[in-house]
Amino acid sequence: MLRLKSVHTYYGKIHALKGVSLHVNRGEIVTLIGANGAGKTTLLRTVSGLTPAARGNVDYNGQNITRMQAEEIVRCGISHVPEGRKLFATLSVRDNLEMGAFVRRDRGEVRGDLREFRRKFPILSERWHQMAGTLSGGEQQIVAITRALMARPELLILDEPSMGLSPVLVKEIFKIIRRLREEGTTILLIEQNARAALHAADRGYVLETGRIILQGTSQMLLEHNEVKRAYLGKGYREVWEE
Amino acid sequence: MKEGKPLWKGVPERLSHELKSVMEKLSLGGQLVQYLFTGVTVGSIYGMVALGFNIIYNVTEMINFAQGEFVMLGGLIMVLCAKVLPLPMAFCVTVAAVTAIGAIMERSTINPLKNTTVLTLIIVTIAVSILLKGIAMFIWGKDPYMMQPFSGTEPLHLFGAAIQTQAFWVLGISGIVVLLLTLFFRKARYGKAMLACADNAEAARLVGIKVNLMVLLSFALSAAIGAAAGAVITPISLMEYDRGALLGLKGFGAAVLGGLGSFSGAVVAGLLLGVVESLCAGFVSSGYKDAVALLLLLLVLFVRPSGLFGNVEASKIKKF
Repeated sequence: MLRLKSVHTYYGKIHALKGVSLHVNRGEIVTLIGANGAGKTTLLRTVSGLTPAARGNVDYNGQNITRMQAEEIVRCGISHVPEGRKLFATLSVRDNLEMGAFVRRDRGEVRGDLREFRRKFPILSERWHQMAGTLSGGEQQIVAITRALMARPELLILDEPSMGLSPVLVKEIFKIIRRLREEGTTILLIEQNARAALHAADRGYVLETGRIILQGTSQMLLEHNEVKRAYLGKGYREVWEE
Repeated sequence: MKEGKPLWKGVPERLSHELKSVMEKLSLGGQLVQYLFTGVTVGSIYGMVALGFNIIYNVTEMINFAQGEFVMLGGLIMVLCAKVLPLPMAFCVTVAAVTAIGAIMERSTINPLKNTTVLTLIIVTIAVSILLKGIAMFIWGKDPYMMQPFSGTEPLHLFGAAIQTQAFWVLGISGIVVLLLTLFFRKARYGKAMLACADNAEAARLVGIKVNLMVLLSFALSAAIGAAAGAVITPISLMEYDRGALLGLKGFGAAVLGGLGSFSGAVVAGLLLGVVESLCAGFVSSGYKDAVALLLLLLVLFVRPSGLFGNVEASKIKKF
């Protein structure tokens, strides 16, 4: 579905991605793990067109989207929930979600989707006319995800959806992510909480200083000593002393 | 001031000058009505200029200091068009022409500057305003231009005051502008999309909004409003090449007073500024009227930094 071939991207003057290749199949949850500054966010921004690749290829459903503008890529069916949520802070929750459906022309169905999301996430209904910027972090994250879903994407890109949220809310967010997959949405996910991400995902890639150093099924990565040591923090001492 | 230069250079100056001559004949009540009406007329122009500031501010978070120039161009082009075309046509052609100028300004000076700061863009608009003023001076010269009122010169007598019929045109047109704008930003897809760009341009792109199209739209829209204001006020106040700066300043004052970004605030603050100025010019001295307007602005900002109707929550979220 999505395929990156030796992609190089510069973030400002920083050479953030140095030849990254990866793919996401339809119906999968794929996660990227890596330390801060490894290039995870840049990789997502390259896919959604916010920071286009300097070299290499990004293909989506066989179409080359490397040079496409972000506002066109969302029309191809890729929705990106950016790092830090980036809501329309002074617009109401309702307007935020309506704007999420900006690319759609089927007005009646958009209204239906709005109703559906209000039913699924009652918190949206409670805050319906409130300015999005005044919501709590968890509420904002739900608005950010539903805003992206309003475009009815085939591929949803999530950048640190659990950032700044309490453990209870993090669980809630992962529940939503799993439910989305059951409903047929493909998901590409970055998460600080690598363990939770790998548990939710089918496959994962490990990114280090702009390169993919490891890839495999979630199960394999969860059991990989290097991953455990560096990203899961589990059995730190045992691995260290080996 | 040079010998022979007209005393009625600013809008209210001329009105109050005109009023002074008839003042002796009026009762106090009549005077009050007269001043209030003058104030509301001038104020609705300030309000329209403030709306222009707000539209661009709402989309780009920048202040377009060429806003007053749109009003000036609206007035002068209207004078030109009214000579050859029937009034409604002349009005439409004027608004269309200035809208095009606004759009060209955005495409040629704002759009090419990618990845720059809001401050740089604001400075660019100051440059554009100087340029437009210079061009206007080349075309029209330095003298003020007169224009016939839309529906005759005979004033209307109301509550002992003499009201120019043009004042009703000013009020009517600005009322329509406010109504249409409010509907546009509250209900229309593109209106909301423009507000979304202001909040977060990157997120707007991610939902598929073409941000640079929205910026273009905001410049075109505020140029159109400026042109409408210029076209209706010229029969009352005359128009010359360097009027834009003062109108822009007063309009900016109204925008800040009302709370940057708030449309209803802009209108109310514009009217308030106009009325305060007019009352001051009438009962105290026209020399102090600009000072009174700015003093009022300062006082309000001391108490409420987000302006009279500025959304306090929104102003916390916004950059400035």
